[in-house]
Amino acid sequence: MTRFSASPHPLMGRRALLKAVLAGAGIAAVPGLAACGSGDGGGGATDTVSFGNNQSDQVPKDAITAVLKSFEGESGLKVAINTKQHEQYQEQINNYLQGKPDDVLSWFAGYRMRFFAEKGLTGDLSDVWSKVSAGYEPGLKEASTASDGKQYLIPFVQYPWGMFYLKSVWQQRGYTVPKTLDEMVALSTRMKADGLAPIAFAQKQGWPGMGTFDQLNFRINGYQFHVDLMAGKEDWQGPKVREVFDTWKRLLPFHQENALGREWQEAAQSLQQGKSGMFLLGTFVAQQFKGQEEDLDFFPYPEINPEHGQDTVEAPIDGYMMSRKPSNPEGAAKLLEFMSTPAAQLAYIKADPSQIAASNKADTSGYNSLQKKAAQVIKEAAHITQFLDRDTDPRFASDAATNGINAFIQNPDDIDSILKGMADQAKTIFTE
Amino acid sequence: MKSRVSLSPASPPPVSSPRVSLPRIALHAFLIVTCLVTLAPLVWALYASLRTYDDTARNGYFSVAESLTLDNYSNAWTQADLPHYYLNTLLVTLPALVLVLLFSSMVAFGVSRFSFKFNLVLLMLFTAGNLLPQQVIVTPLWRLYLLTPLPEWLSDSGVLLDSQVGLVLIHVGFQSGFCVFVLSNYMKTIPHELSEAARVDGAGVFRQYWQVILPLCRPALAALATLEFTWIYNDFLWALVLIQTGDKMPITSALQNLKGTFFVDNNLVAAGSLLVALPTLVVFFVLQRQFIGGLTLGSTKG
Amino acid sequence: MTALQSPPKPAGTTDPSPSPRRGRRRATALAPRDKLVLGLMLGIPSLVHLVLVWVPAMGSIALSFSSWDGIGGFEDIEWVGFQNYVDIFTRYPRFWPAVQHNLIWLLFLIVVPTVAGLLLAVLLDRQLRFGRLYQSALYLPMVLSLALVGFIWQLIYQPEQGLLNNVLGTASTDPVNWLGDPDINLYAVLVAAGWRHTGYIMLLYLAGLKAVDPALKEAAALDGANARQTFFQVTFPVLKPVNVVVLVVTVIEGLRAFDIVYVINKGRNGLELLSVLVTDNIIGESSRIGWGSALAVILLLISLGFIITYLFQVFREEERA
Repeated sequence: MTRFSASPHPLMGRRALLKAVLAGAGIAAVPGLAACGSGDGGGGATDTVSFGNNQSDQVPKDAITAVLKSFEGESGLKVAINTKQHEQYQEQINNYLQGKPDDVLSWFAGYRMRFFAEKGLTGDLSDVWSKVSAGYEPGLKEASTASDGKQYLIPFVQYPWGMFYLKSVWQQRGYTVPKTLDEMVALSTRMKADGLAPIAFAQKQGWPGMGTFDQLNFRINGYQFHVDLMAGKEDWQGPKVREVFDTWKRLLPFHQENALGREWQEAAQSLQQGKSGMFLLGTFVAQQFKGQEEDLDFFPYPEINPEHGQDTVEAPIDGYMMSRKPSNPEGAAKLLEFMSTPAAQLAYIKADPSQIAASNKADTSGYNSLQKKAAQVIKEAAHITQFLDRDTDPRFASDAATNGINAFIQNPDDIDSILKGMADQAKTIFTE
Repeated sequence: MKSRVSLSPASPPPVSSPRVSLPRIALHAFLIVTCLVTLAPLVWALYASLRTYDDTARNGYFSVAESLTLDNYSNAWTQADLPHYYLNTLLVTLPALVLVLLFSSMVAFGVSRFSFKFNLVLLMLFTAGNLLPQQVIVTPLWRLYLLTPLPEWLSDSGVLLDSQVGLVLIHVGFQSGFCVFVLSNYMKTIPHELSEAARVDGAGVFRQYWQVILPLCRPALAALATLEFTWIYNDFLWALVLIQTGDKMPITSALQNLKGTFFVDNNLVAAGSLLVALPTLVVFFVLQRQFIGGLTLGSTKG
Repeated sequence: MTALQSPPKPAGTTDPSPSPRRGRRRATALAPRDKLVLGLMLGIPSLVHLVLVWVPAMGSIALSFSSWDGIGGFEDIEWVGFQNYVDIFTRYPRFWPAVQHNLIWLLFLIVVPTVAGLLLAVLLDRQLRFGRLYQSALYLPMVLSLALVGFIWQLIYQPEQGLLNNVLGTASTDPVNWLGDPDINLYAVLVAAGWRHTGYIMLLYLAGLKAVDPALKEAAALDGANARQTFFQVTFPVLKPVNVVVLVVTVIEGLRAFDIVYVINKGRNGLELLSVLVTDNIIGESSRIGWGSALAVILLLISLGFIITYLFQVFREEERA
């Protein structure tokens, strides 16, 4: 039971229910369920805010629960948490927002937020933003703003993507951080000679490969092209995308083989065991390196096109939205305001030190070295992207993009037909 | 009558007494090997579930366990809040089971014991409905559920969507196809004179059904109950689409909670999986005698 | 209850009441009250079934001619005719592989577990020490959910850590990527699906075999038929109705296959199935209801082929009766 609102202890009631059902009362006994499953259920109660939570892993779940507890103490309101498994939450989001969503709910910044905001499925947060905007950098405000100029998301935490490596391994072998693609190729060649898989790679879950595509794309073609391509305004069969895949193909021999059968956790383990040299992922990779965080370091993806240098960093933002018709609007606004405070964000990342607070007022002195680096990389970047599956139409990301990248990894020689397939689907999706 | 529907032949045919002969040994050897191969995956999962994360992370899964422990089971039990979800499942599965057997036996009774215009059409409708892929139904069903209001005391969401009533209903509607098909086949083998006699005695239609036919269907009902229990219990898709509150999810979907997004402990998931499978295993082994008897489906003897 | 005590008349003896024919139920004139009761007994379940199964199925067919993201009311739906179907057939790279995989899936399930299940059933259909123990072991997998089966087999198929490669001795040298290699993963998953399905088929045949009159077999044996001849000439024909049930169950299982690949890799990279494509498009984060419904209708049409064949069979049985 993740709801901690006081409800009559269910056990006795349950037993009675059980009896009733067993006695063959059948459907008549079902209504009791509602009472048992959902505490006081929100309804019209003005002292309760319902909260849709997608942090289902034990550690972050406990952390978010603690944050909401402190909100309860501060505001005198009650929070009813509805936790769903992380992936399940995303799969259901569409139906969830149209059905009976919770007042405040977890989501991501970028196109993925705009899509639902523009459909009128989530609530306007401009009022809340007018109170909290001093706490956010302009880039975060932009990432929370839909095309109508209003804000629909309160950023909570953020994490950058980068090339991860173990300092001890690199020191021992005398590797240095590559600044350009040529340097990375040279380094990879050396690693290969040393018997390492230069770049750890895993694509079984379908999304890590999107990260590689993004990095190559904005390093080669720049930030604006990334944005336009994701918005369906550029051609997937054009020479610019083609160059991205050609570059990737050149780098593929330096990537771990069999990526399609490997989960990223396994790739991280190979980095941990010194079997591979570097690994492109978000800082959440640190969760696999418990106790080793100080040895783990990362660098931004090397420069490819001098025109764009390393000016863009991929740093997805997680935050909270409000449903379109919250049963407790004032309470929801209060809770969202609370979630924008450094205190709430820092309390949360204490339990999950692989992320950093979204607020620029957060005190970074308590950060570990990885978090400090993450904060610095984000601060120095001229442009921030969210991630392929957060920057484009979800219909395109989950099907055409994922499967196109998979097909490329499997048959790098088929670039032409793969890109044609992606372009065709982009056309049907973005004109729909 | 009794002997016809009971499972064990009254006297086993006097086949050659099981002497120890070469073919016999070969047969047993073959069966033992097949059984072992069949059980191997489960045993492997069981083995993994008894080991610690540290052990398998260091030594790999293909190694001798450093120690065996039940910790994963207690962790899975509390971490995934299994008792809560067992109850959720129970409260969906039992009503659905009772209703589906009741409904489909009524329809089977009607179509197999009476002759009327739409007799065959009705039977075909149910049988074909049972063959439809779930995915064909799911989108409009979701809409239907969203638009169907329910009183607050029946569903706290106020509509069929996100209510266990809705889940029960779709199980009943969807599964009744198969049950009607099986039960009507079964009921056809029951001599017509039986209900005729009851009718002459002044029994109405419902009494013929409830007091004459239904008791005779007990083996088929038991077999169906076992099958339907596992099917409804194991359902994944309906709940995924029609339930939106994490706390209301049945156990098969709740198992997902054990699988971390960023950190996966397979040993823990293995323990959780086996715990989730336990009720179906128990039901099956308790009812297996009735099961095989009932599954003759009344269709082979004509 | 009195009816039960009076011995039922053995079939075949002449019926005292002036009834037209055996088999066909006489058109009894029912009392109005009985008519009402019967109407309710048939009507309520039929209504539930129709409203929850057939009406939505028809709805999907209608939606397959639309372009709709699933958001908003019905007035937001744009109708596009056969466009979805045209696009699916011509420019959806996952479609044809999925059709192919579905057919392989069906074919595999119809052949392998059926033959294996029948063989095991025949072997077990005799007085056998430990017979029940064998049976229990063999059908144990069938009570597990497909999602669970998917998980368990992942433990076996993992390239470096899995049981299979370690047993084969290839784990450390050149591990076979059972679930990651799109050339073999479909078959690897089919083994897992077949593992679960075989027990079920065995059970169905076992139940069927129990109903074969032992006297028939004895008679055949007396005539000098050997075991194989007895099986093919006496037993197998009697099993015909069971074969129909087996076929139906297998087709349902084959076309509904979804959970297992979804658990393994969301049905990608060699594991595409129509059910997965439908699900991806209609219940994922991204809803393309029209597109997904069109895929669902294609799946429906394939099922319909089997449904009609099957109903035809039932029909004929009915007429013979």
